[in-house]
Amino acid sequence: MNAEPRYTLYHPRWYRRRVSVWWWLQNRSYAGFVLRELTSVFVAFFAVVYLWQLRALVQGPEAYGQFLARLKTPLFLTLDAVAFLFVLFHAITWLNLAPKAMVMRLRGKRVPDWVILSSNYAAWLVLSGAVAFMLLRG
Amino acid sequence: MGRITPLLWLLFSAGGTVAALLFPVHLFLTGLAFPLGWLEAPRYEFLQRLVTHPLIRLYLFVLISLPLFHWAHRFRYTLYDGLQLKHLTGLIAVLCYGAALLGTAMTAHLLWNSQ
Repeated sequence: MNAEPRYTLYHPRWYRRRVSVWWWLQNRSYAGFVLRELTSVFVAFFAVVYLWQLRALVQGPEAYGQFLARLKTPLFLTLDAVAFLFVLFHAITWLNLAPKAMVMRLRGKRVPDWVILSSNYAAWLVLSGAVAFMLLRG
Repeated sequence: MGRITPLLWLLFSAGGTVAALLFPVHLFLTGLAFPLGWLEAPRYEFLQRLVTHPLIRLYLFVLISLPLFHWAHRFRYTLYDGLQLKHLTGLIAVLCYGAALLGTAMTAHLLWNSQ
């Protein structure tokens, strides 16, 4: 048998099956993956809403009133409800992934997953409480 | 592009963490509980005063900017994989990170110029 592979001047074209754009609907875990990836769209949506709120706040009470009225329309209530579900999905998948993404060691021993997980969820709870406390004071 | 890839991943994960920890509560209050009247919304004067505080400004900057970079990075790969747009790599990257930069600049401008 010839040990040397034979090279050609032109690289052959590999045979590749065309994959449908909807490949991720065939399997639940693929669908979960794509839904998780799509959460970023709703993250961006809310970042833009907050930017918009900041602009209205800077522009004055009248602009801010218009902003609030816009948020009360069915369109925005629906968008916000959907975005909330996606953002929640992002938060849960993100926090659950943290122990796998970042392995922490303490005195040479790996910190168990549940410790990282529960401290993440505790941080989530504390921060959410702090934000709610700040905003509900006014 | 290759040289700033680690920075882009860092922004992606920092933004993802900010969005995970803080977006659900903000979105629930601002987008649902206040407009629907479940909870009493803060008054304009209160929020206006809050925004003048330097720490709150820093908070808002981080809250808006980092998640935008998180979106840019993740959405870029969603378009590559989901819609198989590998041939448009350059254009997609410019549009995504450009949009995040634009949002960051607008946030900085608003926070810098607010009284």
